[in-house]
Amino acid sequence: MEILLDPWPWYIAGPLIALNMFLLIYFGETFGVSSNLRTICAMSGAKKYSEFFDFNWRNQIWNVVFIVGAGIGGYVSSTYLSSDVGVHLSMASINSLKDIGIASSSAFLPEEIFSFDRLCSFSGFMTLLFGGVLVGFGARYAGGCTSGHAITGLSSMQLPSLIAVIGFFVGGLVMTHFLLPFIIQL
Amino acid sequence: MKMIKFLALGIVFGITLSKAEIISWYRIYEMFHFDSFHMYGVIGSAVGLGLLSIQVIKHLKIKNLYGSEIFISDKTGGYQRYLFGGILFGLGWALVGACPGPMFILLGYGYLSILIVILGAIVGTFLYGIVRQRLPH
Repeated sequence: MEILLDPWPWYIAGPLIALNMFLLIYFGETFGVSSNLRTICAMSGAKKYSEFFDFNWRNQIWNVVFIVGAGIGGYVSSTYLSSDVGVHLSMASINSLKDIGIASSSAFLPEEIFSFDRLCSFSGFMTLLFGGVLVGFGARYAGGCTSGHAITGLSSMQLPSLIAVIGFFVGGLVMTHFLLPFIIQL
Repeated sequence: MKMIKFLALGIVFGITLSKAEIISWYRIYEMFHFDSFHMYGVIGSAVGLGLLSIQVIKHLKIKNLYGSEIFISDKTGGYQRYLFGGILFGLGWALVGACPGPMFILLGYGYLSILIVILGAIVGTFLYGIVRQRLPH
């Protein structure tokens, strides 16, 4: 039980993700989580506004079921499998976070960005909404997210996916190093 | 009943990403600061084994559960959509510390403020559908 409760090392998580991708392929589908966002738009009737959402979303229900399962997995982890250990951040990250005013904590999300108080402020609310818009817009523009490009795309040696992953990193580095310290002050 | 297996895979996926702290905002921050091997180990070992399994599928011509040939569709088109879309995605990923999968896992974990991020991601997807014909691909 200890092994389940302690944080899992990368060499357990990585292979499990690969197995997940393999089984989804074996079950006749693909591993790509962000497609669900398009499906949710289509289910909500977005085809009235763009033919991009005019497709048979019923074929994509399996993927919606998959993310519902992922949410249940999160619930199971927090309810039955959580430990008090907290995330073991590197000293370098703890220090650089302190410099921009974020205290490291045992939670998954920092209070300084995600707390209810922040959410109730205009800038705090817009930060989260805008961040989400970038992820959703970017994933669809690039034709996939971490699962579709970084895992599936690289595993099947597709150059477009490599370009997308380089893009993920260019954007991520610019945000983390140059923009985040200012956004956090808003 | 066909859906049960996808639900089960989703649950395993959610538990894996929770227990290995891949849904942690701090882990994403750390990754973009190159301060820890953890996320690189996760993605690297997943891709390594993924490469291997796809090569095995190709060479042994393994059929899927329904007996048809396994076919992984190629990503097509120019490089612009991948680069520009990728950069926008990366900006968002590093800000909210969650990509689409972790968003839903975090919600199940009990972080309700992530709902605003999910709402944003749906709005972003919708906006792409509206403007995509005016974007370079």
